[in-house]
Amino acid sequence: MAAKERRIILKNIDRPGYGNQLDSYLEEGGYEILKRALQSKPEDLREEVRKSGVRGRGGAGFPAGMKWSFLDFKSGKPIYLLCNADESEPGTFKDRQIIHKDPHQLIEGMLISAYAITAKVAFIYIRGEFPEGAKILERAVEEAREANFLGENILGTDFSCEIYVHRGAGAYICGEETGLIESIEGKRPYPRIKPPYFPAALGLYMCPTIVNNVETLCNVKHIVAMGGEEYAKIGRPGNTGTRIWCVSGHVRKPGYYEFEGGALTLGELIYDVCGGLYPDRTLKAVIPGGSSMKILRADERFKGKDRDGNEFDLGLEDLILDFDGIAQSGSLSGSGGIIVLDDTTDMVEALANVSSFYAHESCGQCTPCREGSLWLKKILERMSRGQARLEDVDLLKSVADQIPGRTICAFGEATAWPVQSYVAKFRDEFIAKAEQQAAGHSRGNGCSEDKIQLV
Amino acid sequence: MNLKPETLEKIEAVIPRYPQKRSAVLPVLHLVHEDQGYISREATEWIAEKLGLEPINVWELITFYPMLRDKPVGKKLVRVCRTLSCALQGSYKICETFREVLECKLDEPTPDGEVMVEFAECLASCHTGPVVMVNDELYEHVDETKAKEIAGKVRNGTGGTPSDTV
Ligand SMILES: Cc1cc2nc3c(=O)[nH]c(=O)nc-3n(C[C@H](O)[C@H](O)[C@H](O)COP(=O)(O)O)c2cc1C
Ligand code: SF4
Ligand code: FES
Repeated sequence: MAAKERRIILKNIDRPGYGNQLDSYLEEGGYEILKRALQSKPEDLREEVRKSGVRGRGGAGFPAGMKWSFLDFKSGKPIYLLCNADESEPGTFKDRQIIHKDPHQLIEGMLISAYAITAKVAFIYIRGEFPEGAKILERAVEEAREANFLGENILGTDFSCEIYVHRGAGAYICGEETGLIESIEGKRPYPRIKPPYFPAALGLYMCPTIVNNVETLCNVKHIVAMGGEEYAKIGRPGNTGTRIWCVSGHVRKPGYYEFEGGALTLGELIYDVCGGLYPDRTLKAVIPGGSSMKILRADERFKGKDRDGNEFDLGLEDLILDFDGIAQSGSLSGSGGIIVLDDTTDMVEALANVSSFYAHESCGQCTPCREGSLWLKKILERMSRGQARLEDVDLLKSVADQIPGRTICAFGEATAWPVQSYVAKFRDEFIAKAEQQAAGHSRGNGCSEDKIQLV
Repeated sequence: MNLKPETLEKIEAVIPRYPQKRSAVLPVLHLVHEDQGYISREATEWIAEKLGLEPINVWELITFYPMLRDKPVGKKLVRVCRTLSCALQGSYKICETFREVLECKLDEPTPDGEVMVEFAECLASCHTGPVVMVNDELYEHVDETKAKEIAGKVRNGTGGTPSDTV
């Protein structure tokens, strides 16, 4: 049986009687950690975050303490803190829960973080499709201001900090940190090239800037509460703290679940926590970290050597659920969005659906990404609509292979990885589609139920 | 273009939040959009003037961001999530149901300007799919029956208002 959930970030979320207003939060000891933090030196708080080993929850899993240490404190320019609440990687829905149901936890985490990095202005960049979330955050900011947790001379100290809520307008690329910065600057959200535009040195208005995800910033509160070393005892080394996994697709109990790093396997998550598959279905594939991550086939074996040189040979269900565990599969846990696909899924259609997303969201700056993503979508839609050709498999691969490493931002990888992995792992299905269609069946195999139509 | 006094007030309040005026362009666009239902050419020029920008600096945002429109899109905008997790739960079918009940084509406002149905990309509620937004309101677990019910409300003008739940 799977380990039990350990709710740190989600502790009060969905708890009967707990509301998203300040009163509820104060009853739970809200803003006490901020009070304590303001008695410490900012550099000591940064040291706690470093010791905690906490890795960013937005996608790349970069250690937050290390990111903070890159900040240019000597430039004399203001330092900005940006909270990435763009939450737009398909399959991810954890930040929405925090924003809607416990906004003050985020605000307290942000204030502590702002103090630690000596930022006096912070923005929450929230995706445009969360109008309700933006209102909730605006109200929470006002409540915090009235109680002097935010604004001038917070709680009688000489620390002043403002938090503003900034709404996006429906573009996925605003989740990429430099695109997000351009968006706040009032420009098209075109990602910037790194180097030289590493936000910690040249971020918002060319000032040192930290961009962290909602969940990461919430964690900062708990790190400061328990101390970095204590926090680091939760989870496995390199995978400290808890993580919120968002499960969707073909499982009986989709939802968000918070576990200590490495507390259970992917199989336990799917079968024990999420109630398994629908009756009479079998597992076909899993996308482990948002739709841009490489897909895993249910019967694959993952072999290699871990960091300590020990050999491993694992099946999908044995993968340990944390950053390093999922990485053993050659894919990544990304944003924590796990999409489960059962045997009714037509993989060509599933890929067409995913590629359509990336074609729609490419910002258009880089030719390989702009043109490649569109061609991938066109080919896949044609295949799904009954005109698949045998040579399409290789064509898809060759287009996808031209993109990664040749673009300004990691969206290039996000576009290519699904195509490369679906085509490599479900090659037979792509070929069968073309053969069946040549034989006169207009719609392909696998799509057993009419209602599961993906394109 | 006649902006409501509240809108003008909100615009004046949002500009000083930002260290640089240009940063206020997206919030101002949202406010004008809410007030007018879309961003007209006149509004584009007005916003540019207000923030010391060229109209192209505003126009290039309207053409980039899916949520900003340069034409009216219908008083009720129905957005059906089409991305993978929702599609697996049948969202393409749900979109058809909306179009049938509301008697409209995809991406085209009805002739009376009341309604438009379109697809949206992942709305970050994949565990409760298919999800549909009507203006600012999110509807979850939208099956056939629920889709018809919501579409009915949209048609008689009651769906999609905050605190409205089916
Ligand atoms: C195309 C693309 C989209 C992204 N979307 C998001 C997003 O929606 N939310 C998010 O937190 N991070 C997103 N990221 C990651 C951010 O660039 C950045 O790494 C992250 O916000 C840093 O926060 P963290 O260190 O706390 O994870 C995206 C990255 C890329 C390349
Ligand atoms: S990789 Fe794609 S999304 Fe990223 S900057 Fe280039 S064109 Fe834009
Ligand atoms: S796929 Fe529809 S909300 Fe994410």
